[in-house]
Amino acid sequence: MADIIHFSEEGFNNALKQPGVMLVDFWATWCGPCRMIAPAIEELAKEYDGKVLVGKVDVDQEPGLAAEYGVMSIPNVVIFKDGDQVDRKVGAMPKDAYAAALDEALAL
Amino acid sequence: MVYDCIIIGGGPAGLSAAITLRRRNRTALVLSNPASRNPLSKAERVDNYLGLPGLTGQELMDKFLDHAQQAGAELRTGKVLSAMPFDGWMLTVGSEVFQAKTLLIATGVARGQKYPGEQRLLGRGVSYCATCDGMLYRNKPVIVVGRSADAPLEANYLADIGCQVTYVSPAQPEGLSPTIPFVRANRLEVLGENAVEGLLADGAKLPCSGVFILREAVAPTDLLPDLATEDGYIAVNRRMETNLPGVFAAGDCTGKPLQVAKAVGEGQVAAESADRWLENQ
Repeated sequence: MADIIHFSEEGFNNALKQPGVMLVDFWATWCGPCRMIAPAIEELAKEYDGKVLVGKVDVDQEPGLAAEYGVMSIPNVVIFKDGDQVDRKVGAMPKDAYAAALDEALAL
Repeated sequence: MVYDCIIIGGGPAGLSAAITLRRRNRTALVLSNPASRNPLSKAERVDNYLGLPGLTGQELMDKFLDHAQQAGAELRTGKVLSAMPFDGWMLTVGSEVFQAKTLLIATGVARGQKYPGEQRLLGRGVSYCATCDGMLYRNKPVIVVGRSADAPLEANYLADIGCQVTYVSPAQPEGLSPTIPFVRANRLEVLGENAVEGLLADGAKLPCSGVFILREAVAPTDLLPDLATEDGYIAVNRRMETNLPGVFAAGDCTGKPLQVAKAVGEGQVAAESADRWLENQ
């Protein structure tokens, strides 16, 4: 099973230098909608194991990253390909919406 | 726990549905604003509800609530902020998450049009959730657009965590901290290109980084963007099924007449349909 990486700023910046697709879920413990999408994100990490790096950034722990990536509302799921931001989903979405965005990024 | 059905809305339709579900031995959770804010509670007198003429809206509401509680329905106060399909349905109220196999929407009539700029800047400075997003605006100027009874409390919360709050509403709010400036305004527009830059309030520009728009309820079509509507009401068939599988609707949110008897009847039909749907799973 693929584990979700809980990023520090340093870990996040290192991961961003790697080639491939990465999904990052900006979230916080106090945010109900973030907790609601968490199981869907976990399933995606399993389903896309080996194809997509799935990580989370706690905006309370890493306010610098949240500010740098313009996170103004959470949940805020950002998809990167080869270090570039290619998509972003703000607010809770069904799992299919994230999966479709990942498929699109993988096909780029 | 996973409920058989979560009912959004605790008016006559929602409570009637809860009673029917309990009679079918289904677990039912009713999520709603406080009963005192239900439009029925404010009705001076209801004379056309069969068998119980002459009661005040409040008296009728109290009877409905007692009945639902006696039937074993779980009633909780809170505003449903988001919903998504996942092993049935998941809903959030504040920082709590609830799960159910079916949803029954009985939210009444959604009041209030969106403001210009609101939808475009949603998630880019416009937020409906002070608890979710407040921390992202610490030390920044934010405006709370108060359109619900508990908006002043949420404004106080934002001020407590370090946001520079201005409160905008058409009438003097009750319970707002005296340290929060209040601006009386009615015609609003959210300003900004890619992110919120301010709020136009009756022609005056108030600069800010975030606008928290706090209404009594999140509209069902915002909770479930794929929900079909017709003339502004949720589209349902005779069984009170919506276009989404496992999602039913009843009461004022499905259309006129906006009457208690119609809401109660529809609540029962919707609950029976939910029961049948659960049976067939």
